[in-house]
Amino acid sequence: MKSSVITFPGSNCDRDMDVALKKFGFKNKMVWHADVELPKSDLVVLPGGFSYGDYLRCGSMASKSKIMQSVINFANSGGMVMGICNGFQILVETGLVPGVLLRNKYLEFICKNVFVKINDKKNKYFKNVDNEVLEFHIAHNEGNYFCTNDQLKEIEDNNQIAIKYCDENGKIEDQFNPNGSIKNIAGIFNKEKNVLGMMPHPERMIDTSLSGEDGSLFFKNLINNLK
Amino acid sequence: MIVNEQVAVDHGLKKDEYAKICKLLKRNPNITELGIFSAMWNEHCSYKSSRLHLKKLPTKGKKVIQGPGENAGVIDIEDNDAIVFKIESHNHPSFIEPYQGAATGVGGIMRDVFTMGARPIANLNSIHFGSPQNKKTKNLLRGVVHGIGGYGNCMGVPTIAGQTSFDSSYNGNILVNAMTLGLVKKDKIFYSKAAGLNKPVIYVGSKTGRDGIHGASMASASFDEKIEEKKPTVQVGDPFTEKLLLEACLELMAGDSIIAIQDMGAAGLTSSSIEMASKGNLGIEINLNKVPCREAKMTPYEIMLSESQERMLIVLENGKEEQAKKIFDKWNLDFAVIGQTTKSKKIELYFDEKKVADIPVNTLVENSPMYDRKWKKAKLPKKNKIKKEDIKHLKIIDTLKKILSNPNVCSKEWIWQQYDHTVMGDTIQKPGGDAGVVRVHGTNKAVAASVDSSAVYCWAHPLTGGKQVVCESFRNLVSVGAKPIAITNCLNFGSPENEENMGEFVECVQGIGEASEYLKFPVVSGNVSFYNQTKEQGIKPTPAIGGVGLIKDYKNMITMEFKEIDNLVLVIGKTEGHIDQSLFARNILDEKNGPPPEVNLFNEKNNGETLLKLINNNLIRSAHDVSLGGIITAVAKMSIKGKKGINIKKPKYLINEIEYLFAEDQGRYIIEISKIDFKKVADILNKNAVHFDELGTIIENELYINDKTKVTIDELSTSNKSWLTNYMSK
Repeated sequence: MKSSVITFPGSNCDRDMDVALKKFGFKNKMVWHADVELPKSDLVVLPGGFSYGDYLRCGSMASKSKIMQSVINFANSGGMVMGICNGFQILVETGLVPGVLLRNKYLEFICKNVFVKINDKKNKYFKNVDNEVLEFHIAHNEGNYFCTNDQLKEIEDNNQIAIKYCDENGKIEDQFNPNGSIKNIAGIFNKEKNVLGMMPHPERMIDTSLSGEDGSLFFKNLINNLK
Repeated sequence: MIVNEQVAVDHGLKKDEYAKICKLLKRNPNITELGIFSAMWNEHCSYKSSRLHLKKLPTKGKKVIQGPGENAGVIDIEDNDAIVFKIESHNHPSFIEPYQGAATGVGGIMRDVFTMGARPIANLNSIHFGSPQNKKTKNLLRGVVHGIGGYGNCMGVPTIAGQTSFDSSYNGNILVNAMTLGLVKKDKIFYSKAAGLNKPVIYVGSKTGRDGIHGASMASASFDEKIEEKKPTVQVGDPFTEKLLLEACLELMAGDSIIAIQDMGAAGLTSSSIEMASKGNLGIEINLNKVPCREAKMTPYEIMLSESQERMLIVLENGKEEQAKKIFDKWNLDFAVIGQTTKSKKIELYFDEKKVADIPVNTLVENSPMYDRKWKKAKLPKKNKIKKEDIKHLKIIDTLKKILSNPNVCSKEWIWQQYDHTVMGDTIQKPGGDAGVVRVHGTNKAVAASVDSSAVYCWAHPLTGGKQVVCESFRNLVSVGAKPIAITNCLNFGSPENEENMGEFVECVQGIGEASEYLKFPVVSGNVSFYNQTKEQGIKPTPAIGGVGLIKDYKNMITMEFKEIDNLVLVIGKTEGHIDQSLFARNILDEKNGPPPEVNLFNEKNNGETLLKLINNNLIRSAHDVSLGGIITAVAKMSIKGKKGINIKKPKYLINEIEYLFAEDQGRYIIEISKIDFKKVADILNKNAVHFDELGTIIENELYINDKTKVTIDELSTSNKSWLTNYMSK
């Protein structure tokens, strides 16, 4: 399986994603933001970080960079595109997934482990994951997902919500919501579910010595689903 | 502008220093030259009050590749890998403007590290605030934490450990010390020594603006009520540009075109160019019209003294300019050839085709003032006799809860959750333990680091305090299973012109020197921050020690949380019951006098090395050093983190229970071992003449003391975790 990770100026989880993808069997290429063409890929990842310093609005400048037109075309033709953290913010800015990401409710950067409940498994990202709940890691300042009531109705009707913040037993309550996201949303799909944006970083959970191993579960499953 | 003695005094120079400048130049300096002298001769850049004493610190060792004198120290961690590290203060700017002050402190120290060719892999910090009741404290704390996070998070470097304290002596002068570790191949280390004639001098990074002009001079003066007016001397950070600068520099460094490189930190273009020339015994000429400027009509004076961030100066091999420029273009950074090296041994500056400065380099460096300041030796205070009736009524559990929720002991999760501590995917011990630990990417090795200070002990007796901080750093590294290698120090003190403050400095440095010599734990880098005082009120002497150690196989790393029910808990090291200057004495008994606990370097070394032996024999399940709040506090923290209880049986000692549990004797650790290993462990401890007590057994959920007193771990956890969150949310 071939993957591509885009490096924007200010990306800082690009290497971590590269390490994770390779660990689970992807042949990964790093792609520079100023390039025009995407290499042939089964998966394109927009990594975390602070593209363009988060200036103007998180993800907004990166969403206009040269490579993004190819990424958008790739997504629109059914290609798998995953945006993690800042990558999610970029996806939102391109309009590939609905909604916006506001500053965290308590106005502070949060770095910690959280639990998320998988909301929909009829997609290539979460199909065949045995667990209902995954322990993931978040590190962000602007992860407070928001959308209009109409948008919310639409994404709920289409089952576009990918994962929701919860406790270790999968209970979804306000107290387990780290950033104030509407409906505890931690990640969403586009309508066709080939594009996934999520705040948690599975690439930081790929080893028992790190924050946990549920990221390994996610990547192993993902590559099998793509085969 | 006419330069005279008064103008020099306004620049922070003393009258005799101005006379010396005129004598060295054999004429009066012009305003640009005066600015340059004032920047190079201030305390911050010249170390004029401290140099004499810093020379006495042990700086050499088998593992030391580079000691003090470069941008940062470098140590060998084997297999051609090296760690570059340093700690630096950004106290004065952080008090004036906490967000930017702290942010640029973090940015500056990271630049020091990647200037040497190393990719930063971990950040740490030591931050100190006034009393929580002081009306400024909360906003300063919030601003500093946001600033540290804002810069470090954006750079994508994990903040893995730190220290936060509160003391009323910091009411008017907070301390913000930032430390960075970087990883480099031993044969790819870059230095700041220029070499070769007519080599191009290159400016890269951000443009030069009017921010931070005379920042270094500001950091060399005391505060008064007009402090707010100094806001324009604080630099403004742009972590995004620094991230680009990091990547661009590392890309350029992969080739072989750099002769020397130096970041523009304090005193900007002035100190960076002079330092490179001085080390290379060369001259440098610069055309200031070529310096990329952010604002129009900047004068030579402003260009030379600007402390705009995210800039570097490079001496390049001839003919490599185009190739280098391509890299900086790719990262959208300024790149300008601004001058060249010369044989004149002078700094010669040109602006609008006129020579605006002409100064022999040695007058700025070798001939800079050095003072043997007067200092007063501190007496060892008399020990207090603790009266039985003072402690008779105390309930142990209530006292423990008070200590666990004390601002200096309580959980700092509110702070470190705002720092990205997991980016780079190698953080295997997060903040909240004895030391932070990161793997050396792609290997089985890991590097442990911690930062410590004990202002109260240093204040009570500087010599003992200085020794103690080094020992505490040593213990924190040993506790996670790392072999301590070397330290960096950030020496925060009051005015060197005050004999008592100067005495505190001299004796703390002596203590640091003695301990680091004995423990073979040399000082490889550091920084001095004097004048941490407002009017006549100086801070408690606060040397901060950043220690670095190596774990050969990261799978053998130790953490502090209790692991398993029925395991045994031992105390390594002897408990004599030293209560003076303990958290217990100061906060529970309200007794602020007396000597700090004695430091026995033999025991420190022996106990630490023996514990490492036990760890290497896989006999240790968890470990934690005993510090503030004594044995009971250490054990409670291990319980809270492990969510397990302990049944404590106080050993049959002569000292009473309270003294045993709350004393802060040095050189001690709490360890957890399996019952079946007891004999092996006891044998090794006995063979090495290490004193130990059997403290108790791990049980579920509750802490018992001698079968009669008990409390649930949840209750202790609440005491420990709620203070800071509540304080910040009020």
